[in-house]
Amino acid sequence: MQAPDNFELSRRNFLVLGATAAAASQLVSCTSASAATAESASSVATASLQASGSLQVNGKMYPLPTDTRTTLLDALREKYRLTGTKKGCDHGQCGACTVLVNDRRINSCLSLAIMHQGDKITTIEGLGTPEKMHAMQAAFVKHDGYQCGYCTPGQICSAVAVLNEIKAGIPSHVTNDLMTKVQFSSIELRERMSGNICRCAAYSNIVEAITEVAEGGA
Amino acid sequence: MKPFTYERPRTAADAAAAAARNAGAKFIAGGTNLLDLMKHEIETPAHLIDVNGLGLDTIESTPEGGLRIGALVRNTELAAHENVRRDYALLSRALLSGASGQLRNKATTAGNLLQRTRCPYFYDTNLPCNKRMPGSGCSAIGGYSRQLAVVGVSSACIATNPSDMAVAMRALDATVETVQANGNARQLPIADFHTLPGDTPHIETVLQPGEFVTSVTLPKPVGGTHVYHKVRDRSSYAFALVSVGLIIQRDGTGRVVVGGVAHKPWRVEAAEKELPRGAKAVANRLLAGAKPTEQNSFKLKLVERALGAAIADAKGSRS
Repeated sequence: MQAPDNFELSRRNFLVLGATAAAASQLVSCTSASAATAESASSVATASLQASGSLQVNGKMYPLPTDTRTTLLDALREKYRLTGTKKGCDHGQCGACTVLVNDRRINSCLSLAIMHQGDKITTIEGLGTPEKMHAMQAAFVKHDGYQCGYCTPGQICSAVAVLNEIKAGIPSHVTNDLMTKVQFSSIELRERMSGNICRCAAYSNIVEAITEVAEGGA
Repeated sequence: MKPFTYERPRTAADAAAAAARNAGAKFIAGGTNLLDLMKHEIETPAHLIDVNGLGLDTIESTPEGGLRIGALVRNTELAAHENVRRDYALLSRALLSGASGQLRNKATTAGNLLQRTRCPYFYDTNLPCNKRMPGSGCSAIGGYSRQLAVVGVSSACIATNPSDMAVAMRALDATVETVQANGNARQLPIADFHTLPGDTPHIETVLQPGEFVTSVTLPKPVGGTHVYHKVRDRSSYAFALVSVGLIIQRDGTGRVVVGGVAHKPWRVEAAEKELPRGAKAVANRLLAGAKPTEQNSFKLKLVERALGAAIADAKGSRS
């Protein structure tokens, strides 16, 4: 008897299929809209509705999604299947989509993929693997820096960048003296991590995990 | 999001020409506000001109002893720049009090000046809003208005300008340098850059269609003690209910600009003359003619108290 594997849908594959179907139907509306735009804007080639090029993610090259509207977040998740980066609010308010671009943290939901050609993008998958975790990933595991885990990839990417920002001497809202070198502290950390929301409120363990890495203990 | 064509010019002249060619075009830099609004289909540009390839990302000293800040300097860089921290601390403080680390890494100097209001009715596309759809009406008047403007309002709009950075730029007498679509350069004092809503709340600055900001210059440092006091509903990552930018000199004179109360950073030079008499005297003059709603009248007292706190902070940090 043939193994039923082919017919079994995992939850993730089901969602991916759904997303593909949605993308396909969007493509139709995009095509008809592009025809209308081409008529009204004569000097701009219809072709520029279609992006071409590539993105460098975790040291690997990926083709740029063709729809110019694709955010960096959607390119990572829906096109490259790098689903570690999460979509929370999709409006830059929750931080779940945080990735590193040229080693700086940004909200990947509020950035177009087409605007990142030539950039070096690092996602949670690029920081470490289950077999060889980044120190920050190991510290989050050790300190239980999560409950449901949905915000965790964003928290970890943000945390890695925060420690670099402190090292680089970038001040924050709670830095007392703008003219002396900023020092790591729990207050600094909490302020700097305020763009990453955790609905499970695992904040105290997140602070412990990051503090351990900051102090070189992980 | 509506479909759009995209281009990334290499020179300012090309960018200006691209804007002149495409009536429905928008410049995009950091994109943190524009893309959000495009997702809501509040902004629906048919063409995006990505200005990130133009350079304009350096901070340089001017011959007059001030600073020229490139339009594309990120908020993080500007706040952390040594000269800004030393000579224009108000600007560092204002920037650091806004948004999140992720957003400040993307957001640019020009983009911050051009960000749109966070009035909830501007964002709710199911309801009338004169700013989003001119002539449709204002849902905020008589609606949920706790966060909205108390001075400079009109019967068409009570939205506020959400920028912290702009409050500091106003106190520092910045000048906005632009290139128009025909290639002509202009210099606009920050005092005249943002407009009041009047009958045309959809117009927020004096920029002409296709005109883009190339840099913002600061005059030579004015010294004094700089304090940015921001009052908000949580201690981080929130827009101001009221913010006060204060530069105060040893003799008690100084400058006061208030954010979160109007369609532009709110400064009344005559009110600054009251500084030696204290916060209440300044606030009374600053907010003369205010037209608060029932829900946001608390802001009048809050401005006075926030200014009082800022003055106390300044005295404390000097001693």
